[in-house]
Amino acid sequence: MTAPHPPIDLSGNPRRRSKERLVGAVFFAAGLVSILISLAIVLSLVGEAWTFISGLIEEGELGSLWSIGWFPRRGLYDLRTIIVGTFIIAAIAIVVATPLGLGAAIYLAEYANPKTRRRLKPIIEIIAGIPSVVLGFWALAFIGPEVVQRLFASAGVFSMLSAGLAVGILITPLVATVSEDAMRAVPSSLREASYGLGANRLTTTIRVVLPAAISGVAASLILAFSRAIGETMIVFMAAGAVGGALFTVNPLDPGQTMTASIASLAIGTDQVAGEGLAFQSLFFVGLLLFLMTLALNAASNRLVRKFREVY
Amino acid sequence: MAARTNASQRATRDAVRSALQGKRAEPGAVIFRLLLITMLLSLLLILIVLLGDILIGAWPTFRDRGFDFVFSGLSLNPETAGVWTGIVGSLAIALFVVIFAIPIGIGAAIYLEEYAPDNTLTRFTDTAVRNLAGVPSIVFGLLGLTIFVVIVNAIGLGGSTAGKNVIAAGITMAALVLPIVIITSAEAIRAVPYTIREAGYGVGATKWEVIRSHVLPSAFPGILTGTVLTLARAFGETAPLLVIGVATGFFSASADATVLEKLTGPYTALPVIVFSWSRQTDPAFLNTLAPAAIVVLLTVLFSINAVAIYFRNRFEKKW
Repeated sequence: MTAPHPPIDLSGNPRRRSKERLVGAVFFAAGLVSILISLAIVLSLVGEAWTFISGLIEEGELGSLWSIGWFPRRGLYDLRTIIVGTFIIAAIAIVVATPLGLGAAIYLAEYANPKTRRRLKPIIEIIAGIPSVVLGFWALAFIGPEVVQRLFASAGVFSMLSAGLAVGILITPLVATVSEDAMRAVPSSLREASYGLGANRLTTTIRVVLPAAISGVAASLILAFSRAIGETMIVFMAAGAVGGALFTVNPLDPGQTMTASIASLAIGTDQVAGEGLAFQSLFFVGLLLFLMTLALNAASNRLVRKFREVY
Repeated sequence: MAARTNASQRATRDAVRSALQGKRAEPGAVIFRLLLITMLLSLLLILIVLLGDILIGAWPTFRDRGFDFVFSGLSLNPETAGVWTGIVGSLAIALFVVIFAIPIGIGAAIYLEEYAPDNTLTRFTDTAVRNLAGVPSIVFGLLGLTIFVVIVNAIGLGGSTAGKNVIAAGITMAALVLPIVIITSAEAIRAVPYTIREAGYGVGATKWEVIRSHVLPSAFPGILTGTVLTLARAFGETAPLLVIGVATGFFSASADATVLEKLTGPYTALPVIVFSWSRQTDPAFLNTLAPAAIVVLLTVLFSINAVAIYFRNRFEKKW
C-alpha cells in the first residue's frame, strides 16, 4: 500500500501571479486615459460655454447671438454668420469631393486591374498626406488668384469659394478610401451573377456594386462632411475675415467658420482675455462644433457597421 | 435559300457576331469609363500643379541660400529667415508624442483587445476612442488651453510663457493622436490569429507572457507602421498649436539659455511657420519663403511615410 500522495499546489508562483495582476492594472489604466480625455474635453467646453451664456443672460445681451455679424471683440456674437459660413464651405467641399473621390474609388475598385491600382493608389495616398496648412497656403496663393478670381471678377483674394475648393481637395482622399473599401467589401459572387446575366461593367457597377455598398459610400460622405466642418487652417488662411465677418451667404465674399473664428480669436488670446465674454465665446463655439461632429461621426459609424454586417 | 439573305437578316447576323466577339459599341459604358479616368487624372493634375507651384515658388530660396535656409533661425528679415526654430519645436513636440501617446496608446489597445471583458465600461471606452478620433483638432487646442497649459504652469514648468510652452503643446498633441495610436495598434493586435495565443497558453504561459512573447512580436510591424504615421500627423498639425499659444511672430532665445529655459520659453513649429509667413506684410515671405518652408515640411512628412511603407513591406506577415 502506498501512502496517499500529498496534495499538489496548483496555484502557481505567487510572484508571477501578482505581476500578472499588476500588468493587467497598468493596461486598464491606459485604457481609461481616453475616457478621461473625453471627460476633460466635455467639462472644459461646457464650463466656459456656460459662463458665456449665463454672462450674456446677466447682461441682457442674448440678442447679440443674432446680429449683423461675428465680431466677438465688439460683443457681437452672431452665430448665424459662422454656422452658415461653415456649411457653405463644407457644401462646396462636398460638391468637389464627391465626383472626384467617388470616381477614383469606382475606378480603383471596379475597373483597374491590380497593377494599375498599385500605380494609381499613391495619388490618393499622397494627397491624403498633405497637411491642411499647405492646402491653406495653396488656396491663398494659387486657388484664390489663379482660379477663383479669373472665373469671378467680383471675388477678392480671400473668399469662401477658394477655401471650400481647397477643403474639397483635402477630403477627397477620405471619400475615395472609405468608398473604395466599401465597394471592395462587396463579394465578387454578386458581380459574377450580374456578368452571368450578360450585364456589362457599367451596369454591374451602377446596379449591383453601388447599391450593395451604398451604406459605406454614404458613411464616407458623412465622414468627409464632418471633417470639412472641423477643418481649421485652410479656412483661416484662405477665407479671410480674420477677427470678424459680416453675415453673408455669397461664397465669393470673405467669410468665417466656427473653427476659424476660434483660431483667429485664440491667436490674440492675451488681448482678448480681458474683453468681456470674447474669450468664453471660443468655448461656446467649440462646444457646438464638438456636438455637430459627434453626431455626424456617430451616424457614419453606424452606417459603416451596417455594411460590415451585411457581408 | 441560305445564300439569299435580306438586309435585316444581315444586320442581325452582324449584331450577334460582334456581340459574341465582345465588340459591342456601347457609348454609355465608354463615356462612364472615361469619366472615371478623368476624375483620377484631375486628382493627379491637382497634385502636380500643387507640388509644381510650391517647388517653383521655393526654388529661388534654395538656389540662393541652400541649406542655410534650413539651419537659420526665425528672423524678420526675409534674407536671413530660416526654419530651424520650427524644426526643433516640431521635433520636441514629436518627442512628447513618443513618450506619452505611444506607450499609453499601445497599452490601451492591448487592454481593449486582450483584457477587456464585454461590459458597459469596455463599450464606453471603445466609443470614447472612436469619438475622440473624430473630434476636430481645434477642440483639442481648447482642451490644451484650459487643462494642459494650466497643469504645466501649476507644476512649475510654466517658465516665461506661463505654461504656453512646448511641454503643454507636446501633451496636447499626444492627446490628439492618442485615439489614432489606439485604433491602429488594436487593428494590428486583432490581426494576430488566435492559434498563436493558444500555442503560448498550451505551454503554460500566463496572459501577460503570451502577450509579451507571442502577440506583441507578431503585431509589431502593424503597430510600428501605425505609430510612425501618427508622428507624421503630429508634425503636420497646426490648428491646436495656435489655440495654445504657439509663437506666430518673431522671437529669439538667448544663446546661453538652459534646456529647461528653452523648453519653457516661447516656441514654434514647422507648419506654424508656414502659416505665419503666409500672413506677413512683406510679400517676400508669402511668395518665396512660405513655399520653401512647405518644401521642408513635405520632405519631412514624405520621409516619415516612406519609413512607414518600408516597415510595412519589410515586416509584413501573411497568416
